[in-house]
Amino acid sequence: MAERHTIQVDIVSAEGEIFSGRATMVVAPASQGDIGVAPRHAPLLSTLKPGEVRVHLPDGTEQFFFVGGGAIEVQPNKVTVLADTALRAKDIDEAAALAVKQRAEEALKDRSGHITQAEALAELARAAAQLKILARLRKQRS
Amino acid sequence: MPGTKEIRAKITSVKNTQKITKAMQMVATSKMRRAQERMRAARPYAEKIRNVIGHLTKANPDYHSPYLSEHRAVRNIGIIVVSTDRGLAGALNANVFKQTLLLMRDWQAKDAGAKLCIIGAKGMAFFRRLNTPIVAHVDHLGDRPRVKDLIGTVKSMLDGYRDGELDRLFLVNAQFVNTMTQRPSVEQLLPALPIDTEGLQRHWDYLYEPDASQILDDLLMRYIESQVYRAVVESVASEMAARMVAMKSASDNAGKLINEMQLIYNKARQAAITKELAEIVGGAAAV
Repeated sequence: MAERHTIQVDIVSAEGEIFSGRATMVVAPASQGDIGVAPRHAPLLSTLKPGEVRVHLPDGTEQFFFVGGGAIEVQPNKVTVLADTALRAKDIDEAAALAVKQRAEEALKDRSGHITQAEALAELARAAAQLKILARLRKQRS
Repeated sequence: MPGTKEIRAKITSVKNTQKITKAMQMVATSKMRRAQERMRAARPYAEKIRNVIGHLTKANPDYHSPYLSEHRAVRNIGIIVVSTDRGLAGALNANVFKQTLLLMRDWQAKDAGAKLCIIGAKGMAFFRRLNTPIVAHVDHLGDRPRVKDLIGTVKSMLDGYRDGELDRLFLVNAQFVNTMTQRPSVEQLLPALPIDTEGLQRHWDYLYEPDASQILDDLLMRYIESQVYRAVVESVASEMAARMVAMKSASDNAGKLINEMQLIYNKARQAAITKELAEIVGGAAAV
């Protein structure tokens, strides 16, 4: 009986699973207004606004999860919330894309010869080897 | 006793090196475990979003996203190369770079140029010496990369694809097979290959909010982001595993060196004592 009055809910984000379990109802902030999803809801696919997802558990309690946007997929016996971990907006994404391009240009321009510690160590090892060879040559000659 | 002092100094210095490599090995081991956990945590999202896209392409075959179709001629390819920020990880980065160069050569044979997006400082140090244009770069994501740090790189490549500057998008990263094995993997991100989903035979369709095309493109972008995120997390786990193995063999080699030098030292010491005794005995006999 419980199977018919509950619905499987999975809330996941790219960095980890947030919630997985059965619920009697789910309320989510869809892009065109909050929607409530009960078992045997018609298939639905919608984007989400930042807001809270409320999950009504079978034992009568309620759980809240904040999502920063994302998408919700509803199948008659299953709800999947794909939550964004980061706040997303067109201009924020645009700025991020620009930043990485600049980062590439800067890194390419920067030929001033910043040597990293690893390179310095390799250089040191090479110098030590050369010194060793010199010392051996000197010993042979004397 | 000539020589013994020098040998002793050398032993001390090798011992110090060994202490460092051992410490690095232990740090890498614990970091690898955490990176593996993050790899596991990223899996449900990737699977779920894959399923949804699969459902969507089945339910709504009349909308064709540019990210899915594969009709245009290939003039330029984009490659996202995932490398590490730090060295001392064996041949890990070198293998990834080699795979990238092979991929570039393959496509060059078909008259297609390449544009690179480099993740990680080591990749930048390598690829800046080539003449291949690097259109995006991000580094120092740390041991715990966040999806939000990758949005920019993914977006700039997707934009390039949408605007026709790129006709294919590939992802090259170190794949974590197990602690001992990390394999470079090459994967085509765009156009996204058809996704199979089980079940769902009968005809049905979703209710869409706001509309199908926008949701599909949105989801595909998230899907690619999650793929790149997974690649970066996997690369961190591979880096730690490779470093752990490299540092273990370095510690072992240092141990062998110490043993050998200890032997030489003991012999030199013994020889010195024998010589001194012989001198005393010789001196006593002369009296």
